[in-house]
Amino acid sequence: MESRTIAARGRRLLAEPSFSVVAGLVGLLLAVDLVRRLATGDLTAAQFLSYLWDGLVFGLGLGLAGIGLSMTYSILNFANFSHGDYLTTGAFTGWSVTWLLAGLGTGLSSIRLLLIDTGISTNVLNISVLAAPIQILAGLVAAAVITVGVSLALDRVVYKPMRDEEGISLLIASIGVALALRYTLVLFYNTDSRGLTAGNATFRVPVGVGSITVTVHQITLVVVGMALMLGVHLLLQRSKLGKAMRAMADNEDLARVTGIPTERVVRFTWIIGGGLAGAAGFLLALERGNMNFILGWRLLLPVFAAVILGGIGSIYGAMFGGLAIGVARSVSTVWIPAEFSLVASFVLMILVLLFKPSGLFSGRTTA
Amino acid sequence: MTVRESLPAESEIPGWAPYREWFRSRWKQGGAAAWLLLFAHLSVGTLLFLVLSALPTGGGLLSLIQAVLLAIVGYATVMPPGEPYAAWTAAQWETNDQRKLYIVIGNAVAAFFVLGVVIGLPFNGFIGGVQSLLYLAAAYSLITLALNLHWGYAGIFNIGVAGFMAVGVYAMAIVSSPVDPGASGAPGLGLPLVVGIVVGTLVATLVGLVAALPALRLRADYFAIVTVAFSEIIRYFLLSGEFETFSLPLLGTVGTGGAIGKSPPPTPIRLLFYESHGAGADPALLGSVLFPLFDSLRLTIIPDGYAMNLGIATVPIGFTLDLTVEPSVIAGFFEVAVLVIAAGGFYWLLRRVGNSPFGRVLKAIREDETVAKSLGKDTNAFKLVSFALGCGLMGLGGILWFGQQGYIVPNNFKPIITFYVWVALMIGGAGSNTGSVLGGSLFVATLWEGPRYLKNAAESAVSFPSAPNNIIEALLPVFAGQLAPLLSFFVSNISSIRLVFIGALLVWLMQRRPEGLLGHRTEEAAAIPLVRSNGGESDE
Repeated sequence: MESRTIAARGRRLLAEPSFSVVAGLVGLLLAVDLVRRLATGDLTAAQFLSYLWDGLVFGLGLGLAGIGLSMTYSILNFANFSHGDYLTTGAFTGWSVTWLLAGLGTGLSSIRLLLIDTGISTNVLNISVLAAPIQILAGLVAAAVITVGVSLALDRVVYKPMRDEEGISLLIASIGVALALRYTLVLFYNTDSRGLTAGNATFRVPVGVGSITVTVHQITLVVVGMALMLGVHLLLQRSKLGKAMRAMADNEDLARVTGIPTERVVRFTWIIGGGLAGAAGFLLALERGNMNFILGWRLLLPVFAAVILGGIGSIYGAMFGGLAIGVARSVSTVWIPAEFSLVASFVLMILVLLFKPSGLFSGRTTA
Repeated sequence: MTVRESLPAESEIPGWAPYREWFRSRWKQGGAAAWLLLFAHLSVGTLLFLVLSALPTGGGLLSLIQAVLLAIVGYATVMPPGEPYAAWTAAQWETNDQRKLYIVIGNAVAAFFVLGVVIGLPFNGFIGGVQSLLYLAAAYSLITLALNLHWGYAGIFNIGVAGFMAVGVYAMAIVSSPVDPGASGAPGLGLPLVVGIVVGTLVATLVGLVAALPALRLRADYFAIVTVAFSEIIRYFLLSGEFETFSLPLLGTVGTGGAIGKSPPPTPIRLLFYESHGAGADPALLGSVLFPLFDSLRLTIIPDGYAMNLGIATVPIGFTLDLTVEPSVIAGFFEVAVLVIAAGGFYWLLRRVGNSPFGRVLKAIREDETVAKSLGKDTNAFKLVSFALGCGLMGLGGILWFGQQGYIVPNNFKPIITFYVWVALMIGGAGSNTGSVLGGSLFVATLWEGPRYLKNAAESAVSFPSAPNNIIEALLPVFAGQLAPLLSFFVSNISSIRLVFIGALLVWLMQRRPEGLLGHRTEEAAAIPLVRSNGGESDE
């Protein structure tokens, strides 16, 4: 058969030069070009640093969201396409709580506040980290708690009866969950895009001739995101739970034989993953200052890219992958038009899947 | 067939139970008399219904009485013939898979019709509803058939369907759009439409081949992520301003139109009805015959001016059956015909492929790739060819679907449309071509067009109070005993509710019925049947 030989040759051609070597070469080339541009002044240091900062902020959000996806992928063995809508759930429910608390005493109807009514001006509520830290903290906690509740309920109804099925069946079911969850939110909050915050304090850090713009909300995302990641790291490194999770990701049957309560581990997986997803959704909405019902779905593929780049099942991988995708997305605008920056991260993901499917952190080392 | 127990309330209405008994026995005797009885029964019922609904009541208690009477008449009209019909349908349903398909399509069309009559839509309205139902049902069937080749036959998990459709549609549009599109629109190569369709299909095939060449050796879930990312990459490229217009070496300047989109090249269907492609063109050929025919199709049953003296009031009973159909709807039925013929072609092709030695290897791969490999089959080559073929069919299906609509924008090809096709495939059952058509039709009839049509029909019949903005404001009055806000909320948000329902249905299908309606996959590896066929489709 002719197609066979062509296919085989094509595949050999694509696969033979070690991916790492090629990737390293391309990276080196880009780095050299970057240095050249910086030296010649095509790209100012301030511009470059603000790309890095934006990438770091976005990447931390992705990484935070990716931990949950990575954990469910390695422990429950399926790609959860509804994870993006967990982010949306967290963002909307969390901001409902923040708005309700911020609006107490202003005489606005509590139903309108709870539904983040687009008719209410953000200037009236004047929510920002500096002006209303308690409300935002309460919203963050509510986002995490409610998303945990939703993900546990969905696990009970949808995934638990299918525990023994193949990953593909679960994947298809998760697409159904994504649709149902997203449009249930629409029934409450409608499809309008809405502003959330007002008076976000901005700093200009001078660098050389230009300056970098840093907002308080970006700093909040970075600080809270890092704290949460550190917390998860400590939890999974120090507790028996982390060990049990690693065992389950490795071999579920063996883990059960050894006496690990697998259902309980699954529940904790959803608690940690759902909580982080809700928090990430809330923080990403805070950083942007607005949101709509498609927020999480739009982020799903970048989150997948981050998780795959880092290696499915690895939490450090998810953190690193998030940062890498975030930075790659913003720095890529040095070479390509901004509308292709997301395309660049998808291409990166596809290449990693093709040539190094275990990811950069190689495989199943949850925590 | 079990004789349905009549409700206690039924027997209390004098004459009803004996009438039903008589109807039943008369129908059992069969022959022309039975059909005549059926016809007479339905005619009297329908006429009564129409006259009743035409009575002016002016709201209040009188309209309530009217609604109750209408319900009674409707029930009395439908029930006696409904019983043998249900028994007949059940018997047909058991016969074979094709019958199931006919039952679904026939009932969907009939339901659209009856609903249109009951609500009192103008004839053109519900003919238009039926037309868009059939259009989308055929379009979804096309793509679902192509997807069935991937998932049902070869077990390739492709969730980038939208991307391959987009490639086909855009390649066709670029090849066949006029070189000088005028003020609006992006330029193309100006080649004949046939060339465009062939090139579009080939490009989709080629893109499928290129995508699959490295990706097919991946695990199924990784492959899924690659395909969905691939389709998003394609969409971003089409959205980008960089390719709004660009020049191809040797060929000239062409363009995608970017985010604004692009009109597809004019279809020859229009030339069957009009002199030219222009908007204000005069009717020609079929158009000059059919348009006037349907424009003046009014049957006067009771001329205007007649009235009935009811004692308390005189009621005008003039009644004209208005059967006018607008030109756009008539032309639309020919677009439907193109899609239906194409669906037949796809079905035939995939049946041939499925029953060929090639198809048998594909089924073997789906069941167990390792076994197929160890029997000496180069499974990757088989998967590659079937993937490319399926992508080509998706491209062609996309061309026929979107090429006949007014405008092409990249956001027609969001991943959500892939998921709709998947829902259709899951309803019908992977592995069955008949199931794919059935699933596509059922999806459109019950989940897609059905709710929308129901909403339009309900809104034109009843004036709902303005809907609450969200579900909380709709639910709160329920505790105060008011159902109207909730009802109008549901009607105005039917597009979101149906998506919640579609999602829940997908989950339910995966949990309870992963094989769908027809995906029983009881096939033999041998080319000839090894056991006597029991009437079922054995080689699907």
